[in-house]
Amino acid sequence: MTDSAAPQPEVLRLEGLSKRYRADRPPVLDGISLELRAGEYLAIMGESGVGKSTLLNLLAGLDRADSGRVLLEGTDLGSLDDDATTLLRRRAVGFVFQAFHVLPYLSVAQNVALPLELLGVAAGERDRRTAEMLEAVGIGALAARFPREMSGGEVQRIAIARALVHKPRLVLADEPTGNLDPRSAAQTLELLRTQIKANAGAGILITHSRTAAETADRILVLDAGGLNPIAPR
Amino acid sequence: MLLLSQLREQPARLAVTIIAIALGVALASAVHLVNTAALAEFSQATKRLVGEADIVVRGPRDGFPESLFVALASDPRVSLASPVLEIDAAIPGRREALHIIGLDPFRAGELQPALIGDIGADLLRLFAGRGIYLSAPAAQSLGLHAGDTLQVTVGNTVETLPVQGLLSPDTYAQPLGLMDIAAAQWVFGRVGRINRVDLRLPPGGDVGGAQHELAAHLPAGILAIAPDVERDRAVTVTRAYRVNLNMLALVALWTGAFLVFSTQSLSVLRRRKSLALLRALGLTRGQLERALIGEGAALGAVGAVLGIAGGTLLAAAMLRLVAGDLGNGQLHVLGATLRAAPWSLLLFFAMGTLVAAIGAWLPARSAAREPPARALKGGDDAYAAVAKSAISAGVILLVVGAGLAWLPPIAGLPVFGYAAVGALLFGAILLVPALTVGILRAAPRTGRVVFDTAVAQLRENVGHSTLSLASIIVSFSLMVAMAIMVYSFRVSFDHWLDKVLPADLQVRAPFGSDTAFLTPEDQARIGAVAGVARAEFRRTKALLLDPARPPVTLIARDLRPSKIGEQLPLLRTLPPPLPDNPAWISEAVQDLYGLQLGGHLALTLGGSAASAVGGQTRDFVIAGIWRDYARSTGAIVIDRNTYVAASGDRDANEASIWLEAGGDTAAAETAVRRIFPRPDAFELMTSTVVHERSLQIFDRAFAITYALEAIAVLIGLTGVSFAASSTALARRAEFGMLRHLGMRRAQVVGLLADEGLLLSVFGVVYGLLLGGILSLVLVYVINRQSFNWSIDLAIPLWQLGAISVVLIAAAAVTAIWSGRAAMSEDAVRAVREDW
Repeated sequence: MTDSAAPQPEVLRLEGLSKRYRADRPPVLDGISLELRAGEYLAIMGESGVGKSTLLNLLAGLDRADSGRVLLEGTDLGSLDDDATTLLRRRAVGFVFQAFHVLPYLSVAQNVALPLELLGVAAGERDRRTAEMLEAVGIGALAARFPREMSGGEVQRIAIARALVHKPRLVLADEPTGNLDPRSAAQTLELLRTQIKANAGAGILITHSRTAAETADRILVLDAGGLNPIAPR
Repeated sequence: MLLLSQLREQPARLAVTIIAIALGVALASAVHLVNTAALAEFSQATKRLVGEADIVVRGPRDGFPESLFVALASDPRVSLASPVLEIDAAIPGRREALHIIGLDPFRAGELQPALIGDIGADLLRLFAGRGIYLSAPAAQSLGLHAGDTLQVTVGNTVETLPVQGLLSPDTYAQPLGLMDIAAAQWVFGRVGRINRVDLRLPPGGDVGGAQHELAAHLPAGILAIAPDVERDRAVTVTRAYRVNLNMLALVALWTGAFLVFSTQSLSVLRRRKSLALLRALGLTRGQLERALIGEGAALGAVGAVLGIAGGTLLAAAMLRLVAGDLGNGQLHVLGATLRAAPWSLLLFFAMGTLVAAIGAWLPARSAAREPPARALKGGDDAYAAVAKSAISAGVILLVVGAGLAWLPPIAGLPVFGYAAVGALLFGAILLVPALTVGILRAAPRTGRVVFDTAVAQLRENVGHSTLSLASIIVSFSLMVAMAIMVYSFRVSFDHWLDKVLPADLQVRAPFGSDTAFLTPEDQARIGAVAGVARAEFRRTKALLLDPARPPVTLIARDLRPSKIGEQLPLLRTLPPPLPDNPAWISEAVQDLYGLQLGGHLALTLGGSAASAVGGQTRDFVIAGIWRDYARSTGAIVIDRNTYVAASGDRDANEASIWLEAGGDTAAAETAVRRIFPRPDAFELMTSTVVHERSLQIFDRAFAITYALEAIAVLIGLTGVSFAASSTALARRAEFGMLRHLGMRRAQVVGLLADEGLLLSVFGVVYGLLLGGILSLVLVYVINRQSFNWSIDLAIPLWQLGAISVVLIAAAAVTAIWSGRAAMSEDAVRAVREDW
């Protein structure tokens, strides 16, 4: 279910995606197909080792599928070389990781501004958008601080701000609350959902927490190489 | 356990650290072993020559009347006296003279039993005509056997001596000839003259008192010397050279220590959280500190064992290949063998272990003192505080170093000079973190995301950055200092050669010989050779001013008072007019004998061997100080007319010949050679050849310096490369994240290249500045005090520029290579490593 009744443009399409790491083992992903439109926020659940992260890497263009296609904003990632994939990812994708992965040697504002810098956004515009994003995630007052001076929840807010500051069409969040206490986790999930929606993009939340998955519009379970929908509680 | 875990994690890096220590220990122990072997051989040789004498009475090389021997032999304080005539004979066609000793075999048999005893039953053969016994090394180097003949140049004639026999190789390990004293006096034109008398006192006699009393009654220029002084002379004259060589070897060892320091510091920083965890689990501060120091010491111990083994092999090879002189001709010994020196080797083992433990001490202390909670949280802010606290220690060391550089030598050694270099070096290294922090904080953002990210990374991880720089700054700055010193020396030497070799041709008797000379007739004939415009002659001879020191060289030369500045490389002179009996002393004479411009100097000018005129003591006024790179033990120039008037000696053993403009050099050379008894009796070379050959010898002498410095820089560079690769590997997750954010692979590698470039540019610029400062101490303090000659500062801009570019490029390539290695792992997997 989406927040808007009008049909939205397609952001991501997966067609028969398969991936196998070892020939003597069953495929991790087997013929997966999926369509994601702007404004949609999807949760994918699954046990450890079923291929959740593999799926995430394939659809971000960080890994190559054995068969099938990944179309991001209509572009087949398989047709792009490494640089072109990187440039597309730089513009169209935002990431939130379980281990935060912010750069300890950059300040909060510098961390958030990094995607804009990579995109070559002019300094004034960059500063304005960074400040707006920091305010939006509730850490505007901490812009000059360094990540080591902050709590886990605050650091994950930096990561969310960094994932969204360049208004990507797709946000990929891999266990974003895995390292947080329940209160911070709840706040982070709410923030993520709100910001993805506010940004008019699409989001995929990878998690094995049913509670976390419940914050998404729909939930799919990855099992035995395939994606199966389950109804929210 | 900690070390084993390190070994598993970083085997290559630990191996290189061990190799660095091993190299340092190997160089230091090899230099020590070679020097010890050479000095032991020297000491043994001198001991055999002096034998069991209690007092040695020594006069000028020209000698003194043997009536003095008669007087000494009949002195009631003396139980046995043995007359000796020591000659350094010129051998046609050879550059080195042969040391020949004329002895009374029966008297010497009692005083020098080790030497004479070897001849044994054949002793009487010594009396046979003009026979000579050769030591085994002399026979080997001259290619002679018993029954052959030896040719020696005496004056301007060649004399032939039958080789009666050879001493066994064990008897005397240096080139030496033994003759009956009467035969030697006859052959070398010294009839009635000797230059040494060995004295033995009755058992229980007061040696010191007798020496003092005898000295008081000896004629001017003749000295009573304790045998120990004779033995120590070679040790004294080569001490500064040996100490400098040891210091160079220690540079390699200390560079290894810095490598241990940076390896351990980086390793401690990398394992910061694990170590904090151990502390949290109950490991005490002391236990952690001891464990980390133990890690460093263990590396040092392994390196030291390998180094001692390598050093022993290296020393054996050096003794076989370069005969133990390590570039210094005065230490040239043949047949020196390595001696077992367990205590020395134990000392080198301790030194290798200790410097490594010292290198590990600072990081161990900082790791042990850090509160576990802060370490578990991460960040490099603790290092910034350390950097701040190091500023005052650094500044103090710099001030102390600058002050030490002004202090005089101790026993002829620039002890304070070395201390100044150490203080300046450590002081400057302590300032590196603070300077790096300051510069990086002041660096403006450029708007280039990769470059700005690199600057931010370096700024916040200044601990990692500067630690990896320490070893390369140390080795590079020392290399810069050495390069400037050697280049300055070479330029000064080159200019000096221009000054002392103004003529077209140079004639010289074999170096150090006192038997070959040109008579006044020969001199006139040379002056009359067709094409010769002018010839200037010199008489050089050894003059013993102080029994504890090697002789100085007296140079009596044709001087033109108005053009003295053109004839000598003068540094300071008295204002005109010239005083009566002027003398110009070299800097070595000034330093070693404490003489000053305008001061007085009494010289006993011995008579010619052939002359009936006895030597006279003349008083000279020091009219100038000149620079002399040829005679480190000192040289005094006087006017030849004054010398002739005092000594009656009109002979010469050196000449400079100017040819007429457009003259045929080869023809003149051939014509001059015809005047010699054999064409090769004297060295005759064009000044250009002498110039080139001198520079070749200079470069060969400093080759070992370059080799040691290159090794030190390689060790430092290896340290940087391993620091770069380990840092890159530790940052794989960061690179993976940057790839997720859309940074291209080339940009991530560029990020590392920028970091490598920034660090290496800083390291090189800092190393150049520090090296420049250290070079001032080397040029103006250590060189001056070690060798008693000055050199003018000259900067080898091209050489330093090229090395700097190579180092910067090497550091950048290393960073890129490390980055590529780190990126070869899938970026995705790198990010997942933390999960």
